[in-house]
Amino acid sequence: MSDLRAAVAAGVFGADDAFRALLQATVETARGIFHAKASSVFLLDEATDELVFEAVAGEGAGTLVGKRFPSSTGVAGWVLVTRQPLVVDDLTKDTRFSRDAAESTGYVPRGIMAVPLLVDDSVLGVLSVLDRPLDVPFTLAEMDVLGLFGNQAAIALDLLRRARRAQAALEGSGELAALARFASRLEEADEDKREAGLQLLRALERLLAL
Amino acid sequence: MAVAAHETEEELPAWSLPASAGESIQLPSAWPERVTREWAWGGATGAGVRVCVLDSGIELAHPLVGTVQRSVAVTKDEDTITVADDDSGDLCGHGTACAGIIRSLAPECELTSVRVLGAGYTGSAKVLLAGLEWAIEQGYSVVNMSLSTTKTQYVDRLHELADAAYFKGTMLIASAHNMPVESFPWRFASVVSVGSHEAEDPFVLYANPRPPVEFFARGLNVEIAWLDGATITATGNSFATPHVAGLCALILSKHPDLTPFQLKSVLHLTSTNVGGGA
Repeated sequence: MSDLRAAVAAGVFGADDAFRALLQATVETARGIFHAKASSVFLLDEATDELVFEAVAGEGAGTLVGKRFPSSTGVAGWVLVTRQPLVVDDLTKDTRFSRDAAESTGYVPRGIMAVPLLVDDSVLGVLSVLDRPLDVPFTLAEMDVLGLFGNQAAIALDLLRRARRAQAALEGSGELAALARFASRLEEADEDKREAGLQLLRALERLLAL
Repeated sequence: MAVAAHETEEELPAWSLPASAGESIQLPSAWPERVTREWAWGGATGAGVRVCVLDSGIELAHPLVGTVQRSVAVTKDEDTITVADDDSGDLCGHGTACAGIIRSLAPECELTSVRVLGAGYTGSAKVLLAGLEWAIEQGYSVVNMSLSTTKTQYVDRLHELADAAYFKGTMLIASAHNMPVESFPWRFASVVSVGSHEAEDPFVLYANPRPPVEFFARGLNVEIAWLDGATITATGNSFATPHVAGLCALILSKHPDLTPFQLKSVLHLTSTNVGGGA
């Protein structure tokens, strides 16, 4: 890979890892702040109408990332479709939820806090925090903190989505990929050819600026 | 130049009011010197008030909900949106929770479910708008909206509908967002927007001197109706909102001629922090 293409690609490929790390740090922090058993970020896959585990801290970390379930089911589904944060403390009363949770994650939470991940006018997914300790009374101040974490997770998720789109564009057969191939050829060419190519590019730039 | 006198009362008033016409639009003024909770809803049950829950459906025969007068579902098939009677209940439980809270405050109100959520994510904003439009056409007195949209391209239409409802006598009660995002319709002045407080009493209501959240109602650790006839404890503005919808149903069952403007004034005057707690 040429230096130039590598430079373009580094911003994209490196970004994916960095944004995933940011997302992971967000769920780790959310879990820590609320003294919870687990915390997850779900990304909405609009094409299939499914929620996908993107980052998991605590219970399920290492096994759940990539797992999917229908977007309008469960508490995460409520939050996604209503765009409203929600806290439920005694989920085990609901046998249907317990069964679904057990089948999809192998872990049945007792309580869940969930917020929608909103960026501009889109809902990107849901942040959930599972099983905070019950001996500490829940307050609305915690709800507000959850909203702030949701905002941070939404930004990280948005960056991750953008990086993936850019990566797909670079690797595909579209216009950006053609530009990346051009940059690669330019880097590989000998000095004369590169100078000629750059002159052509400058002429093209002037033409487009007219 | 004198304008020809209006021949029928229906034509009055339009864009102006002739000097001689003031008498013909005299309105009843039955408000007491001090609006108390006793005056506002003392002895009321919600009887005769039609309340619409715009949500994920309502589970039929849930013990906390009781009779649901009518259930319709709004669906989108490519570009066609259909509103049709539906008996599949609630797909995710959220609407049932809201309906149960309204019922707990106004046990004899009529409940109608308009399902606009839960049948997949795609196209939800258009379905929501169609459901709201339908509810306004049907002339419900109160519409509970424990939901919001962030889709800015639909804001103008949503605003038009909220204003149309306000002047048609339909009070929209909408959940506020306690997150740093722009969402609607709760930000509109023609709706009643609701956030949560931490008190346990379902009749504690606070008027917010710093809108756009106009009122705070019970939203912390609320016992709510859940799917399959169950109950569960949950927190969120979604559950504060139907407390205000239920309160509106109570007030309207005792004072059916109140306009949304007047109804909002009664809510304000009976708020716990405005002296209404007495």
